[in-house]
Amino acid sequence: MTDIAEDKVLDATGLLCPMPVVKATKEMKSLDEGQVIKILATDRGALADFPAWAEDTGNKILEQSEDGGTLVFYIRKGSEE
Amino acid sequence: MLQETDVAVGTQVTEEDVRRIVREEVERAFKKDPGKNCAAIIASKGTLDWSYPPLILATTAGALGMETSVFFTFYGLSIIHKEHNKLLRIGAVGNPAMPMPVPMPQLVAALPGMVPLATAMMKSKFKKKNVATIDDLLEAALESDVKLIACQMTMEVFGYAESDFVDGVQFGGAAAFMSHARKAHTTLFM
Repeated sequence: MTDIAEDKVLDATGLLCPMPVVKATKEMKSLDEGQVIKILATDRGALADFPAWAEDTGNKILEQSEDGGTLVFYIRKGSEE
Repeated sequence: MLQETDVAVGTQVTEEDVRRIVREEVERAFKKDPGKNCAAIIASKGTLDWSYPPLILATTAGALGMETSVFFTFYGLSIIHKEHNKLLRIGAVGNPAMPMPVPMPQLVAALPGMVPLATAMMKSKFKKKNVATIDDLLEAALESDVKLIACQMTMEVFGYAESDFVDGVQFGGAAAFMSHARKAHTTLFM
């Protein structure tokens, strides 16, 4: 497994595009730079959506895995560049 | 002969340095390109299937931090109308692309009652698959600072009042929209 300690968890399972990314943006607002969020999603589109979102918003995907149909992302908040 | 040497710092500035600095500055300018961060969408259709694309794209653009505006015109006004759940419907007539559970000739699709039936079926499929509702998307859009603009002209023509629309909707004409659209690299008409 992983030893990344997350500061927040967002359970976006069952939600379809665009909600996982939209909710992620909302949750990131309450995090400080450097903090990590763990996002769970079942939307297959999230596989492509989150990397694109991370690149555009200056956040970094630390780890990405799949656990029996649920996608798990560990994302660190970057600066708004 | 004048050489390109020391400034007060005591380092030599070579042509390579200059090229590198220029390249870095240009890259930085491109990253900051305001047009890249702007999206302007026109929503002109009022059927249930067409109500989703502008809202999904707008909320996503908003989530990516883009300055986004959606201009609702003609039948698109139904999407931001307070009664959108009643107004947005779908029919199979003239919609040969629409998947039907049984093959359906157009004559049957045109029968009374078919529009409410097709609408109910589509709504139930959306609910089953957990697709976000129009209300969810409108709320998400406003939360991400997406500007929802109702076309003033269409409102006049169809007799709508400002109070007919969802809270948070702004009102404007083509010029108001165009002046934002011209700054945007992403402009979509749907």
